[in-house]
Amino acid sequence: MKALHLSGITASHQGTRVLHGIDLSVPAGTTTAVLGPSGCGKTTLLRVIAGFLRPDTGEVRVGDEVVVGDDTWVAPEKRGLGYVAQEGNLFPHLSVAGNITYGLSRRDRRARSRVGELLELVGLPADLGTRRPDQLSGGQQQRVALARALARRPDVVLLDEPFSALDPALRVATREAVAAALAHERATVVLVTHDQAEALSFADQIAVMRDGVVTQAGPPAEVYERPKDRLAASSLGEACFVPGTVHDGVVTCALGVLSVPGGDGFTGACDVLLRPEQLRLSEPGETGTVGACIGEVVKAQYFGHDALVQLRIAGAPDAPVVVAARTFGATVPTVGSRVAVSVDGPPHLLPATTTS
Amino acid sequence: MVVAVLCALPAVVVVAKALESGLGEAVDLVWRARVWELFSNTVSLVVLVCVITTTLGVGAAWLVERTTLPGAGFWRVALVAPLAVPAFVNSFVWADLLPGLEGLGGAVLVTSLSYFPFVFLPVAAVLRSLDQGMEEAARALGLGPWRTFTRVVLAEVRPAVVGGVLLVGLHLLSEFGALEMLRFPTFTTAILDQFEVAFDNRSGSVLATVLIALAVTVLTLDWLARGRSRHARLGSGATRRPTPARLGRATPLALLAVGALSLLAVGVPVWRLARWLVRPDQASEPIALLPALGSTVQLALAAALVATLATLPAAWLLASRRTWLTLLLERVTYVAASLPGVVVALALITLTLDLVSPLYQTAWVLVAAYVILFIPRAMVSTRAAVAQVPPELADAARALGDRPLAAFLRVQLPLSLRGTMAGFALVFIAVSTELTATLLLAPTGTTTLATAFWDASAVLDYAAAAPYAVAMVLLSAPLTYLLLRSKSEEPLT
Repeated sequence: MKALHLSGITASHQGTRVLHGIDLSVPAGTTTAVLGPSGCGKTTLLRVIAGFLRPDTGEVRVGDEVVVGDDTWVAPEKRGLGYVAQEGNLFPHLSVAGNITYGLSRRDRRARSRVGELLELVGLPADLGTRRPDQLSGGQQQRVALARALARRPDVVLLDEPFSALDPALRVATREAVAAALAHERATVVLVTHDQAEALSFADQIAVMRDGVVTQAGPPAEVYERPKDRLAASSLGEACFVPGTVHDGVVTCALGVLSVPGGDGFTGACDVLLRPEQLRLSEPGETGTVGACIGEVVKAQYFGHDALVQLRIAGAPDAPVVVAARTFGATVPTVGSRVAVSVDGPPHLLPATTTS
Repeated sequence: MVVAVLCALPAVVVVAKALESGLGEAVDLVWRARVWELFSNTVSLVVLVCVITTTLGVGAAWLVERTTLPGAGFWRVALVAPLAVPAFVNSFVWADLLPGLEGLGGAVLVTSLSYFPFVFLPVAAVLRSLDQGMEEAARALGLGPWRTFTRVVLAEVRPAVVGGVLLVGLHLLSEFGALEMLRFPTFTTAILDQFEVAFDNRSGSVLATVLIALAVTVLTLDWLARGRSRHARLGSGATRRPTPARLGRATPLALLAVGALSLLAVGVPVWRLARWLVRPDQASEPIALLPALGSTVQLALAAALVATLATLPAAWLLASRRTWLTLLLERVTYVAASLPGVVVALALITLTLDLVSPLYQTAWVLVAAYVILFIPRAMVSTRAAVAQVPPELADAARALGDRPLAAFLRVQLPLSLRGTMAGFALVFIAVSTELTATLLLAPTGTTTLATAFWDASAVLDYAAAAPYAVAMVLLSAPLTYLLLRSKSEEPLT
């Protein structure tokens, strides 16, 4: 397995600059998820790595070999990469076995070598090889596409939103099968996605991408709990920001006075990041709610396994603060009722912004 | 690239030949009295037939596709079928049926009946695929049914009409057999007469230069009429089939109209040919159907093979997404092939006589002429087929270790094989009914179905001509199927 290094990648699409200097390292044998909204350039980045698009500047290294540099250009077929696209892109005129062995030498194609082994690796029955791609379900097609990419034992596997075309139930099962296969092969993987759950559960490292730059990269828990800015925080899940003032390890905001170990290096004005699962709701006046503030329910969305409740906190009179809390269990507070709100665990602080 | 240059060559050669002895003499030749007659004949024929075919084509397409006319599937076939009857066969049939039929009137009648499917086919395709949502949107925006039809439906149909009329115009400019038989002289017939009577390919070239100018004019008018508007369907969602207009009590009238049209265009030729076919004993000349059929099939196979192979490099360029180059290449080929067959033939005669005389009057030159004339048909099919293969599949092949050419050969070519074969068939059919270039270029002793028919019909030997005509119609019959099956917006013929 080889590591993948990108440095200073800029690239354009139809005359418009899409990537504005990407630096990213994927250690050998690990998985990195590039997470960003559609149009942020993440697919362009993947096409640069794969060799379908020439970057304007920058360098791509696979292991120690420079595949794109100032005066280096290695054609896509010589990069030793595996690529799985959103729709799988199986060749419709070939059988499943024909697809899987496509990238192998003529002799190996004849022998149909490894077809059964690869099908089992991606969690499909070994006798599927004689089927045609149009006889497979979407999830099966994606698994065959992965098997096809893995057949050549690539150094790096690139996955371009491979699960987004699948329906939710199939998506999780396919994702697990793909993750297991990739782990078995100990492949270096880059996954491009706009689905935060997919990114968080799939990857060893998350690179948050926006407007053609990587704004933050790190382990999932770190990026989730300690995002660098509001957009990084929002892209990984529901997030509320409450203006506050930090002083001597405590932050004062509409939800009261919260202790911040180390103060996150801030003094003065800041934004407090609150995830919905950090907020605890209870009946006002119940024991243990001393010091909690009171909020009015303005909206409640019921999801079955949990509910998301929007609360207006009456703390700041001129600018009422709205936060979201996740509640578990059967009871969902009704709109208009008043509840006590307390914060569980230390909050994360972000630099203060004037916009909300 | 070589293919494109080869296709542009005829025009250059013909113009060069025309100017060989100085511009002044060429101009003198153009302004001889007869040229004016040829010019007015050609222009009035083109204008009249274009108007008539537009009316017939659009009207029939609307009745078949957008009304409750019974048997739409049948009429769709019956109204495309006239394309399987070569125009010169049609005019022979009509001249036999109405002996007095001559001049402009006869020419307009016969060519209109032969060529209206060029308009019908694309217009019907557009009307069939038109999303009703747009019409409903127009109604919801306050337009009445009639204004909805004129502002939405006709606007959508316009490019198809223009494309169809372009084909009618170009075919009229290059038509020889049908018009010669009806004694209606145009530039094309005059060029052939010059050549056959005087063996004079220089004054022929001068006339051909005027003909090129006319063809370019038609192409320019087409380009102007198309405008720059977009006619793509925006947004997603399934297209809904439109509700057909209720004909009610007008149904018998509409049936009579489409029935009469297809009867005149297909029924009459088939009936007359069948009548002559059952009386071979009345033939004054011996009928040699098999040799003619054999050489026709050989020539057509050779030309179709070369033309199809020649489109593959262009298809590969297209597949590698070098779009501007492909576009240029395609345009050059397309414009060059709008040249009437007689111009191509004349140019090849000039070239072989002047440069490589051993090739003069060989099958090689004839096949070259066919390829130049009919390569757009193969090109359009191959291009549409390759364009339908998602480019991501080529990316996938490259990520799996294929060089670009290998990806094309292993993925894009196999996936576009059906379309490429359709192109092959279209060229084959076109060659098997080609008359003009064949008359000029066929090696001595080589007779094709078209020339055998022509020789027999020239001496009014109907019984001898009929078998060749029937063979041509049978060979062309699959054309109807191919044209109806093709989903391409661009007409194939």
